[in-house]
Amino acid sequence: MELYLDLFSQPCRAVFLLAKVLEIPFEFKYVNLATGQHLGDEFGKISMMRKVPVMKDGEFVLTESTAILEYMVQKHRAPDHWFPSELLLRARINEYLSWQHTNLRAHGSKIFLLKMLFPLMMGCEVPKEKMDAAMEDLNMSLIQLENYFLQNKPFIIGDKISVADIVAMAEIMQPVGTGVDVFTGRPTLSAWRDRVTAQVGVELFKEANEVIMKAKDLSQNIDKTALEMMKPKFQKMFS
Amino acid sequence: MSLKLFLDMISQPCRSVFLFAKKNNLPVEVKLISLKNGEQHTEKFRKVNPLRKVPALKDGDFCMGESIPMMEYMAEKFNTPDHWFPKDLQKRARVNEYLSWQHLGIRRVCFKLLSLREEVDGPVVKLEVPEDKMARAMEDLNWSLDLIEKTFIKDGGFIGGEQISIADLVAIVEIMQPFASGVDVFQGRAKLSAWKERVVQAVGKELFDEAHKTILSAKDSVKQLDSSKVEYFRPRVLRLIS
Repeated sequence: MELYLDLFSQPCRAVFLLAKVLEIPFEFKYVNLATGQHLGDEFGKISMMRKVPVMKDGEFVLTESTAILEYMVQKHRAPDHWFPSELLLRARINEYLSWQHTNLRAHGSKIFLLKMLFPLMMGCEVPKEKMDAAMEDLNMSLIQLENYFLQNKPFIIGDKISVADIVAMAEIMQPVGTGVDVFTGRPTLSAWRDRVTAQVGVELFKEANEVIMKAKDLSQNIDKTALEMMKPKFQKMFS
Repeated sequence: MSLKLFLDMISQPCRSVFLFAKKNNLPVEVKLISLKNGEQHTEKFRKVNPLRKVPALKDGDFCMGESIPMMEYMAEKFNTPDHWFPKDLQKRARVNEYLSWQHLGIRRVCFKLLSLREEVDGPVVKLEVPEDKMARAMEDLNWSLDLIEKTFIKDGGFIGGEQISIADLVAIVEIMQPFASGVDVFQGRAKLSAWKERVVQAVGKELFDEAHKTILSAKDSVKQLDSSKVEYFRPRVLRLIS
């Protein structure tokens, strides 16, 4: 199995973590988003979607992290708690994985893009109202994660960790990597983070998040040609 | 019937759930909720879905939101034909791939912008949608539709393969949404149109038309909007176009 990844990307971190935790043998194929490698011809042959992660299992090529995660669990017959087969638990995990696309994922990504890429792409600081609105959206998602999805359970679907927790944690680390402290004043969230870290393993958690925690170096490391290539898309997004 | 579905047919995810439940003749009770009248904010509805969204499902004491998981729940519970959500590893992965991509790939602001065009220009917010935003929305829409035609729809078939699945229901309801503001996205797209015909045939024309009755008369319902509700919609619309 080949996994095309850049650990800057939240969905890539989730796929990487699960593959490692389940001890699925794979070849890590690095796709450097900061140099625009995903836009090149070679990557285009792997996937027309021009996104990461991509999984290549023999001849079968699959995109979209939530599809890849479910595939890995099913194919490798992972312990049931990762993606429970019981009707109600399966519904709950799917509910989280569906909700998060346009909630925690969207809002966490926006913070990252505004803090790390806006100044580079637009040539000025982020307007305060834009940043405030984005933080408000992120806070709402975190409140919903705590009060609706977690409540007083150890993990999202109950007593055991699942794919939902891996995906949620990967998304939360995106704004965290830019210096936003989402954990202070949130004891429920902090305790959940500690449990997820313990289950996954402290070393592996650190390894998966090493790149995002150095997000502030992005502006020095981003390739100038790639920047120019990506500018029109981001300017459209930001304006 | 112990399983209740709370739907507003103006909403795309509600339509896919409706189509799935009715096509499979599932023993469910459909309860219509009016979003424009703010019924999702009632105490009663909050007990069903604290996130105050439709569609919502209540099966005895079990409540949930999110259309795709709801269809998967019903598929499993009522043992619907396999093609709706195949158990085979790779077929399942293909369906999941579309269902994941579509959240941001097609369920984007551009659709909301298009379907809100009437509300923004019309009596609700009384604002012009900036031309450049409309142009960008159309560009994004076309990009998404190109991808659906070239990558997702299998030649002569459906998104997941040779048979219809949940992925096609989820796709068709999104692609129908621009009709609410008079935009026919099938024009000039032969492959997309042919796929649409296959979906309509598989689902049944009568059921398909019933599901889309509301959005096809959306323009009229906006004009009847209670003026006290305008204040509820205004910040949301402004946020979307800013």
